[in-house]
Amino acid sequence: MHQAALLGGLIRDAPHYGWEVAQPVPHDWRKMAEAVQNHVKSLNWGHRVQLHDRKVKYFNVKAGFVDEHTVRGVAKGGKEILLSADHIVIATGGRPRYPAHVEGALEYGITSDDIFWLKESPGKTLVVGASYVALECAGFLTGLGLDTTVMMRSIPLRGFDQQMSSLVTEHMASHGTRFLRGCTPSQVRRLPDGQLQVTWEDCTTGKEGTGTFSTVLWAVGRVPDTRSLNLEKAGVDTSPNTQKILVDSREATSVPHIYAIGDVVEGRPELTPTAVMAGRLLAQRLFGGSSALMDYDKVPTTVFTPLEYGCVGLSEEEAVARHGQERVEVYHAHYKPLEFTVPGRDASQCYVKMVCLREPPQLVLGLHFLGPNAGEVTQGFAVGIKCGVSYVQVMQTVGIHPTCSEEVVKLRISKRSGLDPTVTGC
Amino acid sequence: VKELFSSLGTECYVLELDQVDDGAKIQEVLLEITNQKTVPNIFVNKVHVGGCDQTFQAYQSGLLQKLLHEDSAYDYDLIVIGGGSGGLSCAKEAAILGKKVMVLDFVVPSPQGTCWGLGGTCVNVGCIPKKLMHQAALLGQALHDSRKFGWEYNQQVKHNWETMTKAIQNHIRSLNFGYGLSLREKAVAYVNSYGEFVEHHKIKATNKNGQETYYTAAQFVIATGERPRYLGIQGDKEYCITSDDLFSLPYCPGKTLVVGASYVALECAGFLAGFGLDVTVMVRSILLRGFDQEMAEKVGSYMEQHGVRFLWKFIPVMVQQLEKGSPGKLKVLAKSTEGTETIEEVYNTVLLAIGRDSCTRKIGLEKIGVKINEKSGKIPVNDVEQTNVPYVYAVGDILEGKPELTPVAVQSGKLLARRLFGASLEKCDYINVPTTVFTPLEYGCCGLSEEKAIEIYKKENLEIYHTLFWPLEWTVAGRENNTCYAKIICNKFDHDRVIGFHILGPNAGEVTQGFAAAMKCGLTKQLLDDTIGIHPTCGEVFTTLEITKSSGLDITQKGCG
Repeated sequence: MHQAALLGGLIRDAPHYGWEVAQPVPHDWRKMAEAVQNHVKSLNWGHRVQLHDRKVKYFNVKAGFVDEHTVRGVAKGGKEILLSADHIVIATGGRPRYPAHVEGALEYGITSDDIFWLKESPGKTLVVGASYVALECAGFLTGLGLDTTVMMRSIPLRGFDQQMSSLVTEHMASHGTRFLRGCTPSQVRRLPDGQLQVTWEDCTTGKEGTGTFSTVLWAVGRVPDTRSLNLEKAGVDTSPNTQKILVDSREATSVPHIYAIGDVVEGRPELTPTAVMAGRLLAQRLFGGSSALMDYDKVPTTVFTPLEYGCVGLSEEEAVARHGQERVEVYHAHYKPLEFTVPGRDASQCYVKMVCLREPPQLVLGLHFLGPNAGEVTQGFAVGIKCGVSYVQVMQTVGIHPTCSEEVVKLRISKRSGLDPTVTGC
Repeated sequence: VKELFSSLGTECYVLELDQVDDGAKIQEVLLEITNQKTVPNIFVNKVHVGGCDQTFQAYQSGLLQKLLHEDSAYDYDLIVIGGGSGGLSCAKEAAILGKKVMVLDFVVPSPQGTCWGLGGTCVNVGCIPKKLMHQAALLGQALHDSRKFGWEYNQQVKHNWETMTKAIQNHIRSLNFGYGLSLREKAVAYVNSYGEFVEHHKIKATNKNGQETYYTAAQFVIATGERPRYLGIQGDKEYCITSDDLFSLPYCPGKTLVVGASYVALECAGFLAGFGLDVTVMVRSILLRGFDQEMAEKVGSYMEQHGVRFLWKFIPVMVQQLEKGSPGKLKVLAKSTEGTETIEEVYNTVLLAIGRDSCTRKIGLEKIGVKINEKSGKIPVNDVEQTNVPYVYAVGDILEGKPELTPVAVQSGKLLARRLFGASLEKCDYINVPTTVFTPLEYGCCGLSEEKAIEIYKKENLEIYHTLFWPLEWTVAGRENNTCYAKIICNKFDHDRVIGFHILGPNAGEVTQGFAAAMKCGLTKQLLDDTIGIHPTCGEVFTTLEITKSSGLDITQKGCG
């Protein structure tokens, strides 16, 4: 859906490049939803086929522990099945949280579980939350031409580099997404015409606000559904705060033959590739004679907001907290993607910074890139950072011209110098 | 002369030729190196001043005094001939280091009369307009994809060449202006004149009106770049265009024949086809010589499947004009390289992209003894970019044995200035320079091609991991699976060190850059495996490569995940 939104932007660029397409071009949600849903269904099918090909038995049941080696599964119709195993891996993930204490939240609001499956356009939407889920959804909804508002209690993208997070929301704000900052919802009502009326409190002014929306999308975090697993029957410990499962470096829970991977685990990045790799390595350790452990350090990720944010390693705050301001050097640049020039796109938030140790050869601690194709840009550098690449080595790398990623290897201006970090010309 | 120097308080070393045994021989050598038979023969700070008359003249003009004070012996500390990527980078850096610098830039009009401003090939007739036209072509594809993503417009969308070219030229002009400003800000003297050596340390600058001015400098950097080569057949210069002309062509080129198999040829053919034009590429032998041939073949194959016609193993022998116009009609007669077959076809435009020649033959290098490779015109330099004449250096496309890339020129120019004037010892690192070919399906690479790796390391010492992949954005768009391709070449006997990186797919440049940095750090297969992928991207395929070429296993994707 992010791609669909990006294509909308490209359609607007196209006339500047000579394509004679009348503007504005309308978007049909139904057509996109059908295409996306069909693709997802093909992936579901593909997984079924793969499991079948590898002779993995697949049961479409909701499972819970009976004892530490036995699991009871309940199918949709109610039929039960009991399964026992030597080893058990819990990989039940998480589900979106509905806000507590907001009247009507459950009845009238939807979550990311629903948005991608809507047959009809969500229309004027209120997205509540400041997570990447909230911003990504608000981002593509805006890009598809829908009136979109984001309501945030405090800061965007908690846990991410805050300078970068501000730039992300700044870009969204200057490209049509409305923001209600410092606000918390208190009630959602359905009006006679089917629209939803939301009431909220503005924490800064103390005043109450109301607004009417077609859709309210909750993106206020995800929680693991561990209660229905009956973990206590198996003796598996969870974190009292988050209900997530506690594991050691081998992904083993408090019960030696029971393991847990993915979003359900306490203290792990909630990312697909880490779950995939952790799962694979676990299987190799259990049955392949391997002893390789999963390394959760320096995991790269990308937030697919309208202007994408790719990052790997430490945020500037984390680096300073860990090493002290004096021992950290941050190189940065504001750049303009070549493809933005002809259509006159605003590149104000296109920015890259590299957080390094000050001491030669200046080990790279973190890279943060805000711009088009951020994921593609970041991936290779993540490999480098895993390798222990230094600032010197990055600077010795010749750039590929013209690209956005070359701006990383051209970083020369440090924050400390106070010089203007705007890139000018070749 | 002795008295003159005495009066100036200058101590002289005097060699009395009639008082040494080999005086006559010395006089012969002096004649050879200075063209002067007579004595006294005066040298000041290694500069040959001349005889008595010249010395007094120099004294009267003040030049002698300048010579005596080393720093102000010349007009400039550095003169750079050529205002392109390499030249400008070097000049700016030298100026930042406090030196007095001049840049001469002059564009000899193409045979079609095309000219352009400051900035060199990259800005005016290379990387920049190329990428913008490539982007325009990609947008055509994006428009097509967008319908599958729900965007609704009915018409067959047409492309307007003039609108695009105008916009691109406007951007280029802003860059030309920016460069001029940047030079002024750093107090670099810029002269829009054709520079050539007349004698040691001295050049003649001729402007477009024929006015000649002379400048001297302690050191010189030649950064004159290259220009497209012509075929040397009837009608080539009169009727054919090159990349020099294409990007500012005031009319749509129409049905085009692209002669050549270089990245220039393929990139141009690619975007022209993307605008809906009828494009044919005439190839003498293979595509992208010097690049990994498996990748080159895939690049060509994709283009063929997307509307570009290839005429293999043909070369044009004559171009005739049938009709004048914008564009006109040209008849091209071509001959097979493997027999007697000939073909004749009519095109609106013939674009020659068969190579580029260095601009080193008409800049007076012979006057100061700078050696060039007579065959290629390129200048051999040592590892500090120095020519055989100590005070003359060279950067950019004219260097023998170095990649012809803007960032290489920029980097080497900057480092050169730092070594000359900034007490730096850092040399340009030409190893594992990444590059990208911006064909309709982009090809990014760093390190060795498979052929080169096999040649250097032998096949049995290599492990090649590869995979086909389907970008997520292509799925819903209904674009082909099993076309995008990734491969790495590893040296088995060096911890599976990655010595070659190749990707064919969208945004190949963006993907490749970071991996190039990782290769600088000594990238191995293990490290790739240890790195977590960013999902969903194309680049992440490199973190999950499993299948080797040696295993013979099938890398065909079955359409999911």
